[in-house]
Amino acid sequence: MGWQLIRGWAILVYIFMFLPVAVVVLLSFNASQFGSFPMTGLSFRWFIELANNDAILRAFRTSIILGLLTAIISTTLGVLASLALVRYRVPGANAISTLLIAPILVPEVVLAVALLLFLNFLGINKSFTLLLFGHVIFTLPFVILVVQARLISIKRDVEEAAMSLGASPRQTFFQITLPLMMPAVLAGGLFAFTISFDDITGTLFWKPGGVETVPTQIFAMLRNSISPEINALGTVMIAMTVGLPLLGAAIARQISKKSGT
Amino acid sequence: MSSVTLKNIVKRFGTFTAVHQANLEIPEGDFVTLLGPSGCGKTTNLRMIAGLLDPTEGEIQIGGKRVNDIPIHKRNLGIVFQNYALFPHKTVAENVAFGLKYRDVPKSEVASRVQAALDLVQLPDVGDRYPKALSGGQQQRIALARAIVIEPDVLLLDEPLSALDANLREDMRVELKRIQSKIGVTTVFVTHDQSEALAMSDKIVVMSAGRIEQVGTPEEVYNAPASEFVANFLGASNILQGTCLGKSGSDVAVETSLFGTVPVPASKASGLDNGPAKLVLRSEKLTLLPPGADTTGMITAPATVETVDYQGQTVRYFIRTGDTQLQAINLIDERPFPEGTEVTAAFRAKDCAALPGA
Repeated sequence: MGWQLIRGWAILVYIFMFLPVAVVVLLSFNASQFGSFPMTGLSFRWFIELANNDAILRAFRTSIILGLLTAIISTTLGVLASLALVRYRVPGANAISTLLIAPILVPEVVLAVALLLFLNFLGINKSFTLLLFGHVIFTLPFVILVVQARLISIKRDVEEAAMSLGASPRQTFFQITLPLMMPAVLAGGLFAFTISFDDITGTLFWKPGGVETVPTQIFAMLRNSISPEINALGTVMIAMTVGLPLLGAAIARQISKKSGT
Repeated sequence: MSSVTLKNIVKRFGTFTAVHQANLEIPEGDFVTLLGPSGCGKTTNLRMIAGLLDPTEGEIQIGGKRVNDIPIHKRNLGIVFQNYALFPHKTVAENVAFGLKYRDVPKSEVASRVQAALDLVQLPDVGDRYPKALSGGQQQRIALARAIVIEPDVLLLDEPLSALDANLREDMRVELKRIQSKIGVTTVFVTHDQSEALAMSDKIVVMSAGRIEQVGTPEEVYNAPASEFVANFLGASNILQGTCLGKSGSDVAVETSLFGTVPVPASKASGLDNGPAKLVLRSEKLTLLPPGADTTGMITAPATVETVDYQGQTVRYFIRTGDTQLQAINLIDERPFPEGTEVTAAFRAKDCAALPGA
């Protein structure tokens, strides 16, 4: 009896969490010209309109380029930082580690305002580079957390064995360390991409005029009216931000299954 | 193949000195064991030879050449680690071939050399598998194959048998020694297990607290320990306080309160001057006999059995003579003496060794 209640309660919580998402996905296939119930028929009309909307396509391109660059820069920096913190004795490693993780703990608005004020102080204008810079700052901690955990589990003697066999430290990194931490590197990159792709708070502060990412574009569209296109866009966003990490996890699992780690 | 020389090696970690003034000469082709309890500096020495640690002072030579400034990947060494350290993302064959990549070995030759190495460790058919699919003992054989396929100048073994279970360890011990003598490579073996050291080594280097206590053949360090530490670390010994009365012929007379004057062979009493001395009496050499047994040529004392520690083939007795407790490890003949039995403790003077007393 008690368990039934708990089960029922859990189902209610899930409904509370996922019903809005389900509604958006459902309504994106609605033929009606209003983005709300009742459903008048099944149609891909809003997806087609979405594909013909230049502003949204531009925003998509911006978001994807921004996400990819963020992912690449964050993973590179994150891997290097993790290597330094785990493999070398850096003075004050603990303090550095905490500082690197700090952007997760600081509210994003604070971070956004701080970076903006700082650049103002330096007399630098808002630009795409600044936007990218901001995204790198708050995705970096995630990459470092994931990569560091993996790196700690890679035993030092495997690298020592490679060096004793004649591999230079650089060759050892590319032959042994990097392949062994690849699942974490990919996961970190995906994290960075999806976080960047999703972000609105920081982006609103940092983006230069005329540049829109998908979330800021949706935000702008909502100010005028709730167009059914937004539902379609939401569905696409959900597919990307949920699908990509799942795909990434599957790839990582495959890689680690093959290497047996 | 090359000799290895340590000259006045000192290694400090901050204020802690891990190795004090180590001097060691390892001749070409020898199997030398660094033996000691954990924290004695044996692994530190090995890692310095490997180039994984830099000595604070002193010089390391391989093949007569100073290697202090040569990084590990240019030293041409084979290292086998305690936890195998195979590359989990590479197949067994790729693991073994790894070192050949950096040695300009023609492609056609790589496969045959890998196969020869796998044959040598008696695992010819596992080349396509991943390390995870192998047992611990098999993984350690692959690690050995990977280390010797590059024809190293020196083979360094860092407690390679410690992670294996007891039966396998003995098999691998024999196997390792067989392979080493077959290829004749200079080998430095680090262990805390005295039976491994005694069974495998040409020479044993006993270390304690960062210092080399004794260097010698297994027989030398076992029969004529140079210090109380060595006497206790290799097997169990009874150390009795006594007085050295001086040399007579080929013997040195050591007087103890329990056994009177014991003529210790001079070869086992080196560095002994008249005055305080310690008599080293190995537990295995102290025999318990029923009272009244024939003890011609032996030194005896009456004793009482206090504790009996039955070990199957042998039994370890703790006996009391006067106010001294002694340890005796005897083969069991029929049945062990029960606790409380009055016995005669007997040994031969030539089985004893003597050390300078404190």
